[in-house]
Amino acid sequence: MAYSEKVIDHYNNPRNVGTLNKDSKFVGTGLVGAPECGDVMRLQIEVGEDNVITDAKFKTFGCGSAIASSSLATEWLKGKTIDEALTIDNMDIVEELALPPVKIHCSVLAEDAIKSAINDYRVKNGLEAIVLEKSHH
Amino acid sequence: MKQPIYLDNNATTPLDPRVLEAMLPYFTEKFGNAASRNHAFGWVAEEGVDYAREQVAKLIGCTEKEIIFTSGATEADNLGIKGVFEMYKEKGNHIITAVTEHKAILDTCKHLEKNGARVTYLGVKEDGLIDLAELEAAMTPETILVSIMYGNNEIGVIQPVKEISAIAHKHGALFMTDATQAVGKIPVDVNTDGIDLMAFTAHKMYGPKGVGALYVRRKNPRVKVTSQMDGGGHERGMRSGTLNVPGIVGLGKACELCRLEMESEAIRLSGLRDKLESTLSKMEESYVNGNTQHRLPHVANISFKYVEGEGLMMAMSDLAVSSGSACTSASLEPSYVLKSLGLSDDLAHSSIRYGLGRFTTEEEIDQAIAVTEKAVNHLRELSPLWEMFKEGIDLSKIEWAEH
Repeated sequence: MAYSEKVIDHYNNPRNVGTLNKDSKFVGTGLVGAPECGDVMRLQIEVGEDNVITDAKFKTFGCGSAIASSSLATEWLKGKTIDEALTIDNMDIVEELALPPVKIHCSVLAEDAIKSAINDYRVKNGLEAIVLEKSHH
Repeated sequence: MKQPIYLDNNATTPLDPRVLEAMLPYFTEKFGNAASRNHAFGWVAEEGVDYAREQVAKLIGCTEKEIIFTSGATEADNLGIKGVFEMYKEKGNHIITAVTEHKAILDTCKHLEKNGARVTYLGVKEDGLIDLAELEAAMTPETILVSIMYGNNEIGVIQPVKEISAIAHKHGALFMTDATQAVGKIPVDVNTDGIDLMAFTAHKMYGPKGVGALYVRRKNPRVKVTSQMDGGGHERGMRSGTLNVPGIVGLGKACELCRLEMESEAIRLSGLRDKLESTLSKMEESYVNGNTQHRLPHVANISFKYVEGEGLMMAMSDLAVSSGSACTSASLEPSYVLKSLGLSDDLAHSSIRYGLGRFTTEEEIDQAIAVTEKAVNHLRELSPLWEMFKEGIDLSKIEWAEH
């Protein structure tokens, strides 16, 4: 199976690889997937004033599409408010990266990672966690 | 150096130019049907087939009449197992095989289970070899066939074929082996090994795709299989269909070359393989899969923990290799062969198979080592699991959200 140019670009030059301080109350961390399934994504956001995401970092264990999906997600997250970030849909990632049907689960995982990072941030700051849709699974 | 470097010789091998040369006349001037008995065109084609039969027989130590040409190893596996089951069903319905077999064996056995066969799938030890005591214990008076592969396609381990055939024979069962990866690579002799039926194919030994053979013993005991393809009664009635003369000639030539060059080639390839393997297994958290003593000379299967195989292959686009990972939505299951060794799913997902071949050079192996090291290090930088491992976090204690 051939990868799209955008997947290859993100794979070869991943954006925002790294680690934020998970103990900071301004940082939300989402860790999704499982090693047994061959995909684990860790996505972190740092939230500044007015709920704006000032930084985003990721590390991913997985195939090229999983790495590209999380790299793209961090790019999209920076500068967005939390409410805007919650509107990112996995199909936006599928479309942007031209993922084939067998790789759609990589984009689902990235969406889950975003929501999970936001929830971690919310809970840390005394807000209720948002109930995550499970309809993708 | 040609890019990408081909290190997937367990999937298929390139055709040796000497094989192609032998085949070419049989596409054009020697185009006859080997079954045409009444004119020179047929005789010439038949001569080519007869000579190939001798070349094949010589490689595996049998007589020409014991070779049934097929379209490949999958067909030979089907013919051997289904053919024995149908021929000997009066005697019993029990077949013994192993969980690490190729799908051509496993799925054929599953098919027969629907038709009244009882099949025992032996597990393997963590080195990939079957337990002979377990085989002995599984034998029953109803056992008609034991089918255990010679060398494994994913990890290269060589089963103790002589001991297995002795156990099968002691209990009155036939012994069949799928020797697709072994014939032409290591000495295989149907008499010293006690083999009654054996499947193999040309394209794993520098011959063409689309042609293979089933060896069927004719003496001590005389083995018969029920044909699975009906028609003109070719191949002594066991496999009808016009013979693929150029393919058969190619298989014959490929067998001859393997017979003449096997000994030196095995030494050369195991030397290169050992260089690759010993260098890469020095990397932190890398593991060689399968028994390293009883093994084909040209295969190495290594897991690089905390990186995912498919992602790794993408980082190594200069190398053509295989991975035990299958990261698709249809099947998130990694290799069943690696899992049967007791490897955890994450290690199975992290595995790469390197298959060396006749045209692999030392320069290519050096390049493969460098590319692999660079890719593994790059992906570990991206891997949250590697970071957690480095921080001393026990990954097995984390509650992963399965998806």
